[in-house]
Amino acid sequence: MNINEIQNEVIEEFSLFDEWMDKYEYLIELSNDLPAIDEAAKTEKNLISGCQSRVWLDAKLEDGRIFFTADSDAIITKGVVALLIRVLSGHQPQEILDTELFFIKKIGLQEHLSPTRANGLVSMIKQMKMYALAFSQISKK
Amino acid sequence: MTNFNISKIREDFPILGQQVNKKPLVYFDNGATTQKPVQVIEAEREFYLKQNSNIHRGVHYLSQMATNSYENARETIRQFIGARSNTEIIFTKGTTDSINLVAFSFGERFVNQGDEVIVTEMEHHANIVPWQLLCERKHATLKVLPINDFGELCVEKLDDLISEKTRIVAVAHVSNVLGTVNPIAEIIAKAHARGVPVLIDGAQGIQHIKLNMRELDCDFYAFSGHKAYAPTGIGVLYAKEKYLEKMPPYQAGGDMVDVVSFAKTTYADLPFKFEAGTSNYVGAVAFAEAVKYMEVLGIQQIKEYENELLTYATNRLSRIEGLTIYGKARKKAATISFLLEGIHHFDTGMIIDKMGIATRTGTHCAQPLMQRLGIEGTVRASFAFYNTLDEIDRLYEAILKVKQLFG
Repeated sequence: MNINEIQNEVIEEFSLFDEWMDKYEYLIELSNDLPAIDEAAKTEKNLISGCQSRVWLDAKLEDGRIFFTADSDAIITKGVVALLIRVLSGHQPQEILDTELFFIKKIGLQEHLSPTRANGLVSMIKQMKMYALAFSQISKK
Repeated sequence: MTNFNISKIREDFPILGQQVNKKPLVYFDNGATTQKPVQVIEAEREFYLKQNSNIHRGVHYLSQMATNSYENARETIRQFIGARSNTEIIFTKGTTDSINLVAFSFGERFVNQGDEVIVTEMEHHANIVPWQLLCERKHATLKVLPINDFGELCVEKLDDLISEKTRIVAVAHVSNVLGTVNPIAEIIAKAHARGVPVLIDGAQGIQHIKLNMRELDCDFYAFSGHKAYAPTGIGVLYAKEKYLEKMPPYQAGGDMVDVVSFAKTTYADLPFKFEAGTSNYVGAVAFAEAVKYMEVLGIQQIKEYENELLTYATNRLSRIEGLTIYGKARKKAATISFLLEGIHHFDTGMIIDKMGIATRTGTHCAQPLMQRLGIEGTVRASFAFYNTLDEIDRLYEAILKVKQLFG
């Protein structure tokens, strides 16, 4: 599946929930599936700091595709992080760079991307794109 | 039960009547900012509709009216805090601005290389960083008065901390995180016995505790309007004249000068020397209205009612298994900080918000205090006189829901 197909898949999953509570229960469930980042990779360098919750993000390039691992100290943030990884991980740098992340708004979680939440997610997306940009330069060489 | 007519009071705060996330709003973020009664909003509106004109400048009718209103506001606030004279009441942008003014101007005049400034472990960043900057600028040292495990200041350690080099002690009246009401009279007495002036950060004090500057005898008291039912962008620095006279101006511009020439400028009299530029005169007028509103209710009655809310909330929340309350001082204002075992404060705050309850989560601009407590942050519910016991029940239910979700 390409990135947009995955985004549509996530939207469809969330369309089953009418109540916010069900949505959050699902996010909590997703947080458990997160490909956990190596404890050794939870470094200051990989830390994306928000005032409210913290996110660690690591990335590596394998066969021309980027694989992200991440973690957060807050469960809801971790659930959203899991979704972002599901959508963006395992794709080529250029694909990631070209992606517009429309699924977050469609599933009604855009509030998590408001700067006032200060939960590190906005910076995390930026950082994922930065990795893609850096790796795209390497791929070209 | 205090004979507060809560439903009538709540009618004065239309914002409280709305729904948030499809639930009736419960506003427990009063420590960050309070809501404004219609009387205050109307005062501001009326001013713009009928009186607006720049103060202290024009001979024309409106300017005179506006100046009178502004100076009457100063007088209302002087009476409210029991200051000796209007020359001791300086309008600022807020508490942060007030403290920066003192850190800069007092620091410029009285703090030199090798001197010491004392703050405490429970301070808000606004009462730490301006002093840190001053100490860096002057090569002075910042010393810190610690707290005990109840979240009370170790006042007995102040005597040892004050030295011949101490130039000022800066301390919060009420902790914005723990709710601790500090024994400021005792601190002031101790400092004065050694000839050291004291600044009180009253951002969390003025709206809960009746003040009298003459009795308290503090040298500086800083507070904000917006945490006391007034609009944002207006605050006050109370300061003793004997210091203000010796302190150089903080900012320069119009209104703060007497005679200006390129050779030399002389400054205006107090308090105008410290009010450069067009001040927030509309905010000042609205602040006076907020003071009048609080006075009609009675600060003592407000304190008693808020204490009822705090006691009720403390009792209810204490019964929740795995919930820790941070701040167990004997004297507390209506603020309660807590954490649920194994659940991040952000997660708790998010779910509580989904249930229509506004609380504050995070470090509350008090990172050194968080380091002392060994935590990343808390969830803080801070009450005002328009809150109710029923709303606390809603918080209790919401916390149970959080536990169920993450448990």
